[in-house]
Amino acid sequence: MSAKKQLESRRLSRNLHKIVSSSFPYTILSILVGFIAGGIALLIAGYNPLEAYASLFRAIFLNAKTGKLSTKSMTYSFIEYANPYILTGLSVAFSFKTGIFNIGAEGQYIVGSLAACLVAIFVKAPAWVLIPLCILASIAAGVLWGGIVGYLKVRFGSHEVLCMIMFNWIAFYLSNFIVNLESVNVGGGKTWTKIIPDEAKITISKWFPANVVSSNTHFGIVLTLICVIAIWYIISRTTLGYRLKSVGLNRDAAEYAGINANRCVIVSLAISGALASLAGGLQVLGVNYKINQFAAQESYGFNGITVALIGGCNAFGTLLAGWFFGAMKYAGTRMKVGSDRVPKEVIDIIMGCIVFFIAISGLFRAFFVRRIKGGDMF
Amino acid sequence: MKKILCFALALVLALGLATVPASAENFKVAMVTDTGGINDQSFNALAWQGLQRAKEELGVEVSYLESVTEADYATNLETLYDEGNDLIICIGWMMADALKEACAAHPEQKYAIIDNGSVADNCTGVNFATEQCSYLVGLVAGYMTKTNNVGFVIGMVSPLMNTFGVGYYAGVKAANPDCTIQHYNANSYGDAAGGKAATINMYAQGADIVYHAAGGTGMGVIEAAAEQGKFAIGVDQDQNYLAPEAVLTSAVKRVDNGVYNLCKALTEGTLEAGEVVYDIVSGGVDIAETTTLIDADTLAKVEDAKAKILSGEIVVPATVEAFAAIYGEDAYPFK
Repeated sequence: MSAKKQLESRRLSRNLHKIVSSSFPYTILSILVGFIAGGIALLIAGYNPLEAYASLFRAIFLNAKTGKLSTKSMTYSFIEYANPYILTGLSVAFSFKTGIFNIGAEGQYIVGSLAACLVAIFVKAPAWVLIPLCILASIAAGVLWGGIVGYLKVRFGSHEVLCMIMFNWIAFYLSNFIVNLESVNVGGGKTWTKIIPDEAKITISKWFPANVVSSNTHFGIVLTLICVIAIWYIISRTTLGYRLKSVGLNRDAAEYAGINANRCVIVSLAISGALASLAGGLQVLGVNYKINQFAAQESYGFNGITVALIGGCNAFGTLLAGWFFGAMKYAGTRMKVGSDRVPKEVIDIIMGCIVFFIAISGLFRAFFVRRIKGGDMF
Repeated sequence: MKKILCFALALVLALGLATVPASAENFKVAMVTDTGGINDQSFNALAWQGLQRAKEELGVEVSYLESVTEADYATNLETLYDEGNDLIICIGWMMADALKEACAAHPEQKYAIIDNGSVADNCTGVNFATEQCSYLVGLVAGYMTKTNNVGFVIGMVSPLMNTFGVGYYAGVKAANPDCTIQHYNANSYGDAAGGKAATINMYAQGADIVYHAAGGTGMGVIEAAAEQGKFAIGVDQDQNYLAPEAVLTSAVKRVDNGVYNLCKALTEGTLEAGEVVYDIVSGGVDIAETTTLIDADTLAKVEDAKAKILSGEIVVPATVEAFAAIYGEDAYPFK
C-alpha cells in the first residue's frame, strides 16, 4: 500500500470516527426508527403507512384544497405550532446542560401565560408599551417560578424534580382559580378569561394577504430565534455558561474550583423558567388571546422534554427539533388514508420511540465507535 | 366491432351516469372535536356515531379533526374550510369564540355548534334540554333510594352543567321531598380518581345512589358504585355496559341524533342558521333504554312523568334561577 493511499484511508477513518461519535446521526437514525415503529402500528391498525406518511408530509407543506405548496400550511407548522415547543424545549435543554432536570416547564409555561394575560387585561396602554410589558411580565413570572424551586433546593435541599412537579400543579390550580375570579372571567358562566385587548395582540396575519400565512402567525417567533441565539451564546461563549456547565458536570469539583454552585442552580432555574414562561406568554398574546380553565395539563412543558432530547440539548438542535415537533403536532391530526382520518396517537408512538432510541443511542455509539477503531488497521 | 364499441360506449355512459351525479350531490360534512378527542367514549364519540349514521343513511361524506389543546380550534376550522366541506360542526361550546371568527372570515360557509347558541348568521346552534333527562333520572333516584340519601357529582360549574344539576335536583325532590342530596364539584372532566374518592365518601355518608354529569370523572363514580355494591347513574349515553350491576340508569343526551339531524337538514336544504333545542319531544334527550335494575312501580311513574313532560304538563326548570324560584335559593348548591 502506498503512503498516499494509507494517508487517505487514515483521514477517511478519522472523519468516519468523527461522524459516528457525534450525536447527530443517531438522532436521524432514531427518527427513522420512530417512523418505522409508527408504520408497524399503522399496519396493525389496518392503515397503509406509506399513504399515511405521505398525507402527513402533504399536510405540513401543501394546501388541503389545491394541493399546491402553501406558505400558510408551513407557517402553521413552523411558527404557530412550533413556537411554544421551541421555547419549552430550549428551557429543558438549558437546564439539562447545567445538570438540572427542569420538569417544571409545564408550570412555568402556565404562570407565564397567566402573567401576560392578566397584564393585558388590566393595564390600559398603547401597543408599544403594553406588548413589551406583557412579555416582561410573563418572563418575570417564570423567573420567579423557577427561581423559587432553585432557592428551595439550595436552602433546604428539597429535590428539584419533586418540587417542580408540585409547582406544576400549583400553577395549574392557581390558573384555574384566577380564571374564575369575577374580575378576570369573561362572565356568563363561561370558563375562560376576558379576551385580551387588540393592543396586546402580537398576531401579524393581517399584514399579509389572505392565505399566505396561518391565522395566528405572530412575531413571537423572532423573540424565540433571539432566545435560541442568546442561549447558545451564554452556554458556549460566556463565563456564566462555563460556570453553569461545570456545576452540571460535577458540582463538587466546580465548588472546589471556587464556583458558587448554589447561585448557579438558582440562576439556571430562573433562566430556564423564563424561557418556558415566555412560551406561555407568547401563546396567549399571539394565538389564544385568553386562558381557558384547564381540564387537563396541556403538556407544552412536558413535550419540551421530548424536544430537548431530540435536539441533543443543544440550542440550535432544539430549534430544529421544535420545528419538527410543531410540524408533527400540526400534521399529526391531519393524516388520512383515503378518506379516513388516521388516529393521531400514531404521532405519540413515533415520538415515544424516537425519545427511547435517542436515550439508548449511547449503546449504538459505543458499538460503532469500536467498529471504526477496529477498522483503523487497514 | 361496431357492436362491441357501442356496448363499451353504453357501459361507459351507464357507469358515468351511475357515478357522476352521485358524487356531485355528495355533501361533505366534517366535525371538530373538543380537547377530549374522538375516543372519549362520550360526547365526541357520540357525535361521530351520528355522522357515521348520516354517512350510511344519507350518503354524506364525513370526516373529523381532533383538537389536542384549545389552540387547535381555529386551525382545525381553517383546515376543514380548506378541505371544502359543506357543513362544519363544532362539538362543544368551548369552540364558540374560535367559531365566531371563522364565521366572520368565511361568511359563505355553513357552520354549526353543539351545546351553544348560534354565534353568527351562518351558524346553527344546537342545544339539548338536558334538564329533562336529568329530571327523569332524578325521579328514579328519589323513588329508589332506601336510605333517603342520594349524591350528585358535577364536572364543572357552568350554566350548561347546571341544567343537569337543577333537573336532577327537581326530579329527586318531586319523587321524595325529604331526600338528602349530597354534592361534589370535581372541577375536572378527567379526574376518575377524584370522582371515585368523592363517591365512596358519599356512600359512607349514607347515600346509596350517585348521579354524575362529569365525563371521565364519572368513570370513577361508576367504579366506586360497582366496588361498593351501590348504585350510580350515568350520563350522555346508556352507561350500563360499564357496570351492568351498578349503573341504575342514565340521562341520555342524543348528541348523535343532533348531529344526524343537522346532516339531514343539510341534504334536504332545510338547514337554517339560528338556535335549535332538541328535547324529549324531538328525541334529543331521554332516559336510558336499559331498565333491568329499576322496579316496575318506579318505571311506571317515570313513564308517567315522561308523558307529562311531552304534553307540557310538567315544565322542568332549566336554570338555577328558575329552580330557585320553585325550591328556594339554597336548595341548589352550585351557582
